[in-house]
Amino acid sequence: MIRKIVLPGTEVGDAKSKLPGKGVFKEGDKIYASRLGILSEKGKYINVIPLSGVYDPNVGDNVIGVIQEVFKNAWIVDINAPYPAFLNLENVPWRVDYGETSKYLKVGDVIIATIAAIDEAKNIDISMKCKACRKIEDGIIIEIQPSKVPRVIGKSGSMLATLKKYTQCWIFVGQNGRIWIKGEDEKVNLLIKAIRKIEKEAHTFGLTQRIIKMLGG
Amino acid sequence: MDIPEVKRVSAVKRDHLARLAKEGKRPDGRGPDEYRPIKIERNVIKKAEGSARVKIGNTMVLAGIKLEVGEPYPDSPEEGAMSTSAELPPLASPEFEPGPPKPDAIELARVVDRGIRESKYIQLDKLCIEPGEKVWIVFIDLHILDYDGNLFDACSLAASAALQKAVIPNERYGFGDNEPLPVTSPPVSCTFVKYENFIVVDPNLDEEQIAQARFTVALDKNGDIRAMQKGLKGSFTIDEIKNNIKRAQIHAQKIRKLLEE
Amino acid sequence: MLIKDGIRMDGRKPDELRPIKIEAGVLYRADGSCYLEWGGNKIMAAVYGPREALPRHIQDPTKAIVNARYNMASFSVEERKRPGPDRRSTEISKVTSEALESVIFTELFPRTTIDVCIEVLDAEAGTRCAGITAAAVALADAGIPMRDLPVACAAGKIDGTIVLDLSSEEDKEGEADLPVAIAPRNEEILLLQMDGHLTYKEFEEALELAIKGCKEVVKLQRKALLNKYKTFEVE
Repeated sequence: MIRKIVLPGTEVGDAKSKLPGKGVFKEGDKIYASRLGILSEKGKYINVIPLSGVYDPNVGDNVIGVIQEVFKNAWIVDINAPYPAFLNLENVPWRVDYGETSKYLKVGDVIIATIAAIDEAKNIDISMKCKACRKIEDGIIIEIQPSKVPRVIGKSGSMLATLKKYTQCWIFVGQNGRIWIKGEDEKVNLLIKAIRKIEKEAHTFGLTQRIIKMLGG
Repeated sequence: MDIPEVKRVSAVKRDHLARLAKEGKRPDGRGPDEYRPIKIERNVIKKAEGSARVKIGNTMVLAGIKLEVGEPYPDSPEEGAMSTSAELPPLASPEFEPGPPKPDAIELARVVDRGIRESKYIQLDKLCIEPGEKVWIVFIDLHILDYDGNLFDACSLAASAALQKAVIPNERYGFGDNEPLPVTSPPVSCTFVKYENFIVVDPNLDEEQIAQARFTVALDKNGDIRAMQKGLKGSFTIDEIKNNIKRAQIHAQKIRKLLEE
Repeated sequence: MLIKDGIRMDGRKPDELRPIKIEAGVLYRADGSCYLEWGGNKIMAAVYGPREALPRHIQDPTKAIVNARYNMASFSVEERKRPGPDRRSTEISKVTSEALESVIFTELFPRTTIDVCIEVLDAEAGTRCAGITAAAVALADAGIPMRDLPVACAAGKIDGTIVLDLSSEEDKEGEADLPVAIAPRNEEILLLQMDGHLTYKEFEEALELAIKGCKEVVKLQRKALLNKYKTFEVE
């Protein structure tokens, strides 16, 4: 079974009775899809949930970042978005003096951070002052298409709960498509296979049941 | 490869690969002496005199052969000539940049060239049209389409496969009917990388990114050595090099069978 | 003689396209990709981005830069082509970038580039139209927001007859070639070039035919994109 897939320029609704949501645009009396995705109507809003595309950061997202550059008062962090993010030394959970930044986070270090602010030119500030925020020291990080993150998490976290239950692994899903996994090698391999399957079949119905079956439930 | 703005490998990935290496495991679950699946398709380009698309895992390259009439080199007036180039177009990887070939692309083309040249795969002595005046020049162009590691073996294999079924375009030059390009037995190239004192064949991109040293050997059908190249900043011990060659002799036999199919 | 009793040398009718095959999402590394065969043309297109434009001084703080690069493989033509851009490919890259940019919502991604790589692997007339058509599929596959799915097709004139999608011989021997790219929904012209000789009336006829061709090709583009999501292994 497949959900209704639309393409850029596909007419998806009447602007007289519906409102344009995400992934769509209004032209004249009509609403059209602006990208490849699944058609979804929520109340008066027509949305297209993308099936591909880069990570578009939103304030409040928790992301997994990799330190790219270290300055005396800040770090530049790759957050898998079109833009690197800026982590000021005041936004970390440690007391860091000016010029001491590299003692705490070096190039290549991996962190969980939260998007603190985005301006119009898409300059991004991140912060490590959140509950989940930390430096990641072990386990592995896999990358999936950011557009598939909601499917890996599932409705109110249902898919994620399923994955945790059947693999006994520690899983943290960054909104930017990076996933942190810890567990026994065998289980981790199985989990990665399950996540790849979710990524590939994100547009289909009955996915949770197939995943449970795959994980031996 | 040509990476000016290196997207650095994260510390977590490096540690993970290092831990696996200590247990003799690879990130994609292969054994140290396991190639990814290899697929060869010949004659995929109509305009070329010979062509082959080779996939090794996710890596995909295309080799195209063109022949032109030109002047022989003064020191070999009765022999044809060959020339190998490689393009790493931005299509194949987010790290590749447009522009003239950079040192990585030139090294790649020259290593492939040496394997073919030294094994006398193309019978250049049969490519003379008029001694001292006109000979066939064989151009081997390597076009990378998708880069997930081990371009050396993928390109060498694509070049060998493309030459195997190439033709001399006599018709285009009014020399009569086209005829097969005279070739002998192809060289087969095997590449290894070393990281964390772990040496693996056919590295994927993750492994290449943390590799300290790389070794390529091209073998002829007797398993004799026709070309070698050690690359990157790290080193191998003498025993490691010897062992790599012995491992390559086993791989080369299997890969040669694919070429003969 | 290129056309006789309304039938062209390759057996096509005047308004008939060459066979076209399109596949979306064929490359592992690219954010979006497309492989396209159109007559004897074989094209691989890839899209990377939007990604930070570098060096920084080229960044536009208000929008993304669309950067298409049309490149011919050295073995794609009869006489081996020297690798690298020449004046022809530079021009095609420019008009392709502009044609694609006009349908992309570039203002959503300030300070970035959207890189479109078009590699012509086997060439047989009409590579720029084939390239734009493949690039459009790769852009949609990459999830780039667009007003429409652009598409391109040429019309031309052979032996005084207006025909669709010139073959290599028709291109060489014919009287005119008119490559056109459109946004099919509103029939907006995104690219138009012409060389040869057409009366105003012939131009009108040729443009109408090219647009008709575009509308056939866009069906194949859409099918290719939907096909990618149609199949998956059920265990």
